[in-house]
Amino acid sequence: MSEIPLPSMEGPVCPLPLKHDEQIILGHGSGGRLTHDLIRNVFLPYLISPPLKEGDDFARLADCKGEVVVSTDCHIVSPLFFPGGDIGKLAVCGTVNDIAVSGARPLYLTAGFILEEGLPIRTLVRILESMQAAAQEAAIQIVAGDTKVVEKGKADGLFITTTGIGFLPKERSINGHNARPGDIILISGSIGDHGIAVLAERGELGFSTDVSSDIAPLNGLIQELLAAAPRTHVLRDPTRGGLATTLNEIAFQSGVGMVLEENLIPVQPAVRAACEMLGFDPLYIANEGKVVAIVPESEADAALNAMRRHPYGRQAARIGKVTAEHPGRVLLKTSIGAVRVVDMLAGEILPRIC
Amino acid sequence: MVDLNLLNRALRNEQTVKAEIEKIRQIITRPWVLMEICGGQTHAIMQSGLDQLLPPEIELVHGPGCPVCVTPLELIDKALTIAARPEVIFCSFGDMLRVPGSSSDLFTLRARGADVRVVYSPLDAVKIARENPHRQVVFFAIGFETTAPPNAMSVLQARSLGLKNYSILVSQVLVPPAIQAILSSPQNRVQGFLLAGHVCTVMGYKDYIPIARKYQIPMVVTGFEPLDLVKGIHAVIRMLENKVIDVENAYNRVVKPEGNPAAQAIIEQVFQPVDRNWRGIGTIPLSGWGLRPEFAGFDAELKFGVMEITTRESPLCIAGQILQGRKKPVDCPAFGSTCTPQNPLGAPMVSAEGACAAYYRFARRPV
Amino acid sequence: MCLGIPGKIIELYQQAGLRMAKIDFGGVIREACVETIPQARVGDYAIIHAGFALNLLDEQEALETLSLLRETGVLDEEIGGQNSTQD
Repeated sequence: MSEIPLPSMEGPVCPLPLKHDEQIILGHGSGGRLTHDLIRNVFLPYLISPPLKEGDDFARLADCKGEVVVSTDCHIVSPLFFPGGDIGKLAVCGTVNDIAVSGARPLYLTAGFILEEGLPIRTLVRILESMQAAAQEAAIQIVAGDTKVVEKGKADGLFITTTGIGFLPKERSINGHNARPGDIILISGSIGDHGIAVLAERGELGFSTDVSSDIAPLNGLIQELLAAAPRTHVLRDPTRGGLATTLNEIAFQSGVGMVLEENLIPVQPAVRAACEMLGFDPLYIANEGKVVAIVPESEADAALNAMRRHPYGRQAARIGKVTAEHPGRVLLKTSIGAVRVVDMLAGEILPRIC
Repeated sequence: MVDLNLLNRALRNEQTVKAEIEKIRQIITRPWVLMEICGGQTHAIMQSGLDQLLPPEIELVHGPGCPVCVTPLELIDKALTIAARPEVIFCSFGDMLRVPGSSSDLFTLRARGADVRVVYSPLDAVKIARENPHRQVVFFAIGFETTAPPNAMSVLQARSLGLKNYSILVSQVLVPPAIQAILSSPQNRVQGFLLAGHVCTVMGYKDYIPIARKYQIPMVVTGFEPLDLVKGIHAVIRMLENKVIDVENAYNRVVKPEGNPAAQAIIEQVFQPVDRNWRGIGTIPLSGWGLRPEFAGFDAELKFGVMEITTRESPLCIAGQILQGRKKPVDCPAFGSTCTPQNPLGAPMVSAEGACAAYYRFARRPV
Repeated sequence: MCLGIPGKIIELYQQAGLRMAKIDFGGVIREACVETIPQARVGDYAIIHAGFALNLLDEQEALETLSLLRETGVLDEEIGGQNSTQD
């Protein structure tokens, strides 16, 4: 049983009745009074939806039209906060994007939280606020959730698992097998921003930069893209492993080759400078707010223009073509006009001096 | 006022690079074998695909300029022994993390709980030593002459700060003895050298003149960007076609004939010439640097009393032949099959600038 | 063996007994030890390797490289053509 005096529930209940320097303790995960209060007073004010308000262990979703698309993701990013976002925003946007790239409309999310004993509640509130803002922007509801607490040292502050649900109109068929020779490869903006922003924030390599993570919910951008280019073949968001890994996966799935042009791939000058200093290749650095679109040639211009009209696609660019040759292989025409292979990421990216 | 971004893009521009290559095409009359000594140059050539654009008469072979690749196996094993100790914080450049020892590597050790930290600079390791007075901090001081000044400076700083918990595991190697070893071999095919630009910015290039004369091999100090590399190659070919034997500088932006005397003084204070064992090649006399006796307190090998270690090299790995430019990675039966970056048998497949890794990552090989 | 890139010295100071500088690599700032270039001033360019200055960049040579390219008409193309995103 808990030794901490329970806050009074009389009168108007402040959304944050617990003191600001209060921390998560093991009791918060025990399923009893403390858990109940944590959920009611800390989680629910930010994760607002009718099902959550109901208080059942399930959510009934009536508004279901079309094929159901579901996706799940675990988020363990460290540090929890970095320029451009935090683990909460990442969790919401990451799963929204995974659903959106199927061509489906994401509508609902669930969120599971594993909290580390000792996590300041203030920190948790900041993350929940961020999730609320991201959910609002993406026009999705968080309809179910769970929370547990682990001993100090067993989680980096907190881990979040999200599952997303969306609905796919019948005529849509967008998946990794659909790339065809002749298709044009588009990217919605600059690559490597997220990875470099997080690395800078971690501080281990001692550099600083103005680069912000590009975390963003892309369902709005994708809807406009699909309206302009309804015959889009493939959509995917290049996250861990970078653009190179994502394109290799698609090339393999579709049994096609790809040729990219180095000069056309957008990279922010500061991201390029960080990569030069550390010996990284921007093609392998993580993104969290970009989408790759592979579209038939006839719709490439329309797709590009639609992306550029959207705030998250201003730097969208045509970066390559799909070919029938060298199936499964991605090649790059380098800035000096030669051709080399672009492989998948193998292992961890480590800074080098050689 | 130099726009660094613009300079970088200019050095990687298709038009200017191809224009410089055209100049080579106009003077070349026969095949030539050139060696670039520096792994960073190997990486740059393969990543940009420059080798594909050069006239077919030019064969580029890759030298042992990869300090990661040539660090002897027993030293890797010593590093692993030291890093496994609970009181040790083992700091290393990222390059060394996945180099295979006899039975493990630093990366695996870290996964098993050893405190192994990647640092960008040896001075970061000194900072860690200051912040952790009750732990022993060891820095894996590998490198050619380029990395000797920062490695040496870390020791000087530790000494001036009175630190007793900082030491370095030294694997410093030198370029001129390596070039001599390659050129004196009866199987040598190299006819011209691209010298390592950043080694020369520290040490200058006067030391290479007697070697060039002795073996009658022209050499050019070369940079790392595509345009710098082509200019270096152009200068060597020009000398070869005109039967000129000399050491020229194609990296004037950064290199002076005398190098950087202040950097050399720092090295002189801390290091002295020693024999070094090169992985895959063998012992080359006076081919490395070791700590001077007055810095014995900073020598990790002495501090941790790491005894004779039995090493076990993979019998399939032909790294030695590759490092001397006698074979190419594609000549190795294990290349791409038993030996890949995920499961490397030898160092050149692990090092970012190792020839095998460069070929695997960038060369056009079938799926 | 030598990943070294040029950066601009934007600040000089002493720290823990060493002459140090803040280096701007073009949107990325990192400190480096500049003991090997005692003549360096703020505004100079240096080649940095492993958090350490190896030498000063000869600005004259760098500008000559740039102007050589300007002659071929390449640079104007560079500013207009090549894809780079501005913050």
